[in-house]
Amino acid sequence: MTVNEATSSQDLARAYAADPKLYRKPQTYWGMAIQSLRRDKVTIAAMAFLLVMAVLALLAPVISNAIGIGPNDTNPQNQFAQPYLIPYIEWRLGIDTLTAPQMLGKSGGIANWLGTDQLGRDQLVRLLYGGQVSLGIAFTAAAITLILGVTVGTIAGFFGGIVDDFIMWFINTMVSIPGIYLLIIIAAIFKPNPLTLTLFLGLFGWFGTARLIRGNVFKVRELDFVLAARSIGARNLRIMLQHVVPNSLPIIIVNAAIDIGVLILIESALSFLGLGVQPPRATWGSMLNRANNFLFLRDPETGRYVALHLLVAPGILITLAVLALYLIGDGLRDALDPMMKNVS
Amino acid sequence: MTRYILRRLLQAIPTLIGVSIISFFLVNSTPGDPVTIRTFDPNITDETRQIMRRQLGLDQPLPVQYLNWFTGISMRTGDVTEEFTTETTSCTYVGAINTTFCNSGGGIIRGNLGTSIQTQQPVWDRLVERMPATLELGVAALVIALIVGVPLGVLSAVYQGSIFDNIVRVLAVIGNAVPAFWLGLMLIFLFGVVLGWLPTGGRQTVSLTNEVDLLDRIKHLILPTIILAFGPIAGYSRFMRTETLEVIRTDYIRTAKAKGLNPFRVWFLHALRNALIPLLTILGPAVTGVLAGAVITETIFSWPGMGRLTFSAALQRDYPMVLGAVMFFSALTILGNLLSDIFYGIVDPRVRLS
Repeated sequence: MTVNEATSSQDLARAYAADPKLYRKPQTYWGMAIQSLRRDKVTIAAMAFLLVMAVLALLAPVISNAIGIGPNDTNPQNQFAQPYLIPYIEWRLGIDTLTAPQMLGKSGGIANWLGTDQLGRDQLVRLLYGGQVSLGIAFTAAAITLILGVTVGTIAGFFGGIVDDFIMWFINTMVSIPGIYLLIIIAAIFKPNPLTLTLFLGLFGWFGTARLIRGNVFKVRELDFVLAARSIGARNLRIMLQHVVPNSLPIIIVNAAIDIGVLILIESALSFLGLGVQPPRATWGSMLNRANNFLFLRDPETGRYVALHLLVAPGILITLAVLALYLIGDGLRDALDPMMKNVS
Repeated sequence: MTRYILRRLLQAIPTLIGVSIISFFLVNSTPGDPVTIRTFDPNITDETRQIMRRQLGLDQPLPVQYLNWFTGISMRTGDVTEEFTTETTSCTYVGAINTTFCNSGGGIIRGNLGTSIQTQQPVWDRLVERMPATLELGVAALVIALIVGVPLGVLSAVYQGSIFDNIVRVLAVIGNAVPAFWLGLMLIFLFGVVLGWLPTGGRQTVSLTNEVDLLDRIKHLILPTIILAFGPIAGYSRFMRTETLEVIRTDYIRTAKAKGLNPFRVWFLHALRNALIPLLTILGPAVTGVLAGAVITETIFSWPGMGRLTFSAALQRDYPMVLGAVMFFSALTILGNLLSDIFYGIVDPRVRLS
């Protein structure tokens, strides 16, 4: 320690003692990221929205008990019931005291807040249970793609050479098959349940992540701290786990959020085509599966389209969930990689 | 340049072989075979099924089936020359390894995608029959996506931070988040059912005469095109915004501005030309992406294209048909990537060296 430094640190200590407000804790990278996230209201709102949705989906059994109807309980007397929510409000406000009680009478005393489908099943309860499946599949499949993508990408980028050539050949081959065809073949032939669908989405979804990670690892492995670790005799595995992977974490986290959104879209598209989760199990996509058959249905007396609520609700939920995840991804990128801000 | 193109072509070959191996084993590793599916008739005995399997080569181990599918040459133990020799297939028995080799003149490698089990037509013919519909939809969607997406992205970069820019960015994010099939249903409901302006599906109104009514065709094309172009519009505008912003930050743009050139010249003659180069790299994949992405759009709008053909073939377990379609679209994807690499090599000579 030189004399100069000693005095300056003594000065600092004296200054802090005189005025504690001057003291600023040393900031870590993650601390700074969290700080900038806190200021990002859009991202916070998106996170809150997703959290509420996840909690509601998890509480599906409780809510369904409270309403008094299960997700697959049919009621042939009460097909295509319109959402009870608006008549209920009108009833409470005294605007229309007839419609709501009539609807209750028809449904056997059960309040179908978001209406019922062609079999008289309650849409709200099905949306909640469907959320369990849709979100569950997307989050789990994203975890699988992350684990595979990070592992393979790190190995390819770190070792390079033949290992990298072979892995890249495999990835290039797989991405040459249009993904939607790959999934349609698998789904059409295997008729998946939620578990197998998750596995398929995970096993065939990691190629992009691996490429991204590989690119980053190429950059990181040339840096001095990797050389330093090697020079003190650290083994490959240790360098990868301690030095390389942590430096990919920002990319991994941002990528994960967007990945989950994409997976929700893919799962809903497959289920919509009838290739995903099989009926009667509800997912947001499968609830739209029959919707195009009901587009034309009208109430013979009033002329109202009776299935509109079945078309709108699941689609809006999918859109909002995916939107929330994309916004979270954008927000995380701004927080974790300030250089990227405003560029894209 | 020739060397660069040759190298790229050579690199495409192992990829294509890889695609064929992976898709073949994927499709064939499934429970239930086409024979069982197609013979619900109770009069058909197991013996007949065995014969059918033998004729289709389904009794052979998968690697042998693959070689047959890929090269058009099948192998069987023992001397079965007489059983399998037909007008189109010639068989020779090689005694030394006790194997009969049959050459059917087909195989992926010779451009023969096989025969559809469903209709007994060549897979290629069935694809070609549906190709005009898919091309019509795909080209329309791509043109719309480029015409709308690229200017949106460039303008949004030029007016960075303005209300226009923010609206475009918000729309691009939302455009990526809306499920295309749902948007399709909503548009069908609005324009097809409630307003009745546009047809709800199909490629043309069914009529007894074979006349093609152009206006009718265009009306049928509008909704599917919008749906298919929706995602790419969001994608291209985002992409072009990023690229244009990058170009704007370069020194030569600053120089051009400092020289006092009028803004129009700076934006369109200096910035835009360079910002459009990266578009070439995504153009090849974009074409194939739109064509392949048409599966869902074609299904919603009952559009008689290749995507819907493949989709129904997969449901029917018509393996040769599905495999043929997958090989076709994969080859198209590889070709698309190849072309954009070559274009890029022409426009930017630095690429050729690396």
